[in-house]
Amino acid sequence: MSNDSWQKTLLVALVLCLVFSVLVSSAAVVLRPTQEANQRLDVQRNLLLAAGLAEAGAPADLVGELMGSVEAQIIDLDSGTQNMDVDPDTFNSIAAARKPNTSAALDSEADIARIKRRANMAKVYLLKKDGQLTGVVLPVYGSGLYSTMYGFIALDADLRTVRGLKFYEQGETAGLGAEVDNPRWLAKWPGKMALDETGVPRVEVVKGGANPSSPMIDYQVDGISGATMTSDGVSALLQFWLGPNGFGPYLAKLKAQQMEAS
Amino acid sequence: MSVDKRIVLDPLVDTNPITLQMLGICSALAVTTSLAASLLMCLALTAVLVASNASISLIRKQIPTNIRIIVQMTIIASLVIVVDQLLRAYAFDLSKRLSVFVGLIITNCIVMGRAEAFAMKNPVIPSMLDGLGNALGYSLVLIVVAVIREFFGTGGLLGYQLLPKVTEGGWYYPNGLMMLAPSAFFIIGLMIWVFRTWKPAQVEKPEYRISHVHRTELS
Repeated sequence: MSNDSWQKTLLVALVLCLVFSVLVSSAAVVLRPTQEANQRLDVQRNLLLAAGLAEAGAPADLVGELMGSVEAQIIDLDSGTQNMDVDPDTFNSIAAARKPNTSAALDSEADIARIKRRANMAKVYLLKKDGQLTGVVLPVYGSGLYSTMYGFIALDADLRTVRGLKFYEQGETAGLGAEVDNPRWLAKWPGKMALDETGVPRVEVVKGGANPSSPMIDYQVDGISGATMTSDGVSALLQFWLGPNGFGPYLAKLKAQQMEAS
Repeated sequence: MSVDKRIVLDPLVDTNPITLQMLGICSALAVTTSLAASLLMCLALTAVLVASNASISLIRKQIPTNIRIIVQMTIIASLVIVVDQLLRAYAFDLSKRLSVFVGLIITNCIVMGRAEAFAMKNPVIPSMLDGLGNALGYSLVLIVVAVIREFFGTGGLLGYQLLPKVTEGGWYYPNGLMMLAPSAFFIIGLMIWVFRTWKPAQVEKPEYRISHVHRTELS
């Protein structure tokens, strides 16, 4: 059979596809558990980074130990109350946002973060010291220019001051939008105010740099140069998740609890 | 020098894939801001290039000519995916930093170039050596560029701070240009200059010369 006959061409193509699809899929299947463990560790490490509890590149055992001191809770976003029926360890927020029975479509006006659907529940992390609430870490995500950016924002005990912001997954342009994950830019966040006294999210990323004499300077963070769309995306996702359709009701409940206790 | 040795050593300088053949420039610009990322990229490319040359050479007599490019692409793409999966499992942080560039080994001209130019015509062992040699030639350039860029761009190497930075109370002003892609162009350009001064055989013949025209005065 000549190499260039159509039978031979078809045969070579088929055999090749078969052999290499087995190779690729077995590599994917065999390595998946390790990859998933890596991913979980990476998310936890970023959570601790946002909370200011760990340094970048903290070893796995330290991350595990620190995660033990963080209390995870599942909450109903609309009511802002804790949901005891769902186990925080098995809750998958991304899957929950996709399924029709655990999420709701957002209308275009409410959907400033451009996420289309929002899960009914979310997993929040309480930071405590001697039983006293010292902060809370909230998962946030939203669209940048090309990708959905996933991250955490940590708030101080006053539930207004930013303790830290960190993204753990994004696919923005390398060198421009991908700078959302640049530690030097993220270092501008701690100490900024995310919400005003009445609980309205005011924080925003300002194109061209925040004006230090502006009355809103406490709520403003310098934009990333060359990455206006990504910067706007960060503003929008924070406004969304800290607002009435996001964690607004929960933060209000938490605040009321604090007032009662003190 | 034996033939096999030449196959491995020639691509280091004499027929270096980046400085002479001008292949694989894209990734050489992209990943060389840090030495650690470059080393991983070199390792990934070496693995892919050796394995792809070996497998293409192994079946070179069976490949129908009219689908040979697709066959090469399938083999290369599969190997790149496997390498990418391995990195995600065992070098997660670095693979996150390399992001799309591991996947882009598929389109790295060196891999296809060596498959088409060498592995399609030669037996398995020389093909593997050719892959190794070219990967080492690529690695050599990448490592030199990465060392220069990371050292002058951050004042350190592999994350260790060697020169005290001004922002941390020292005297060294990091050179921001080194962190941007153009600096890799400059460094590779200078390397090509050095290589061609050292080995004049690499200098290409000019495609044309400007000839002097003797013309009579117009006035």
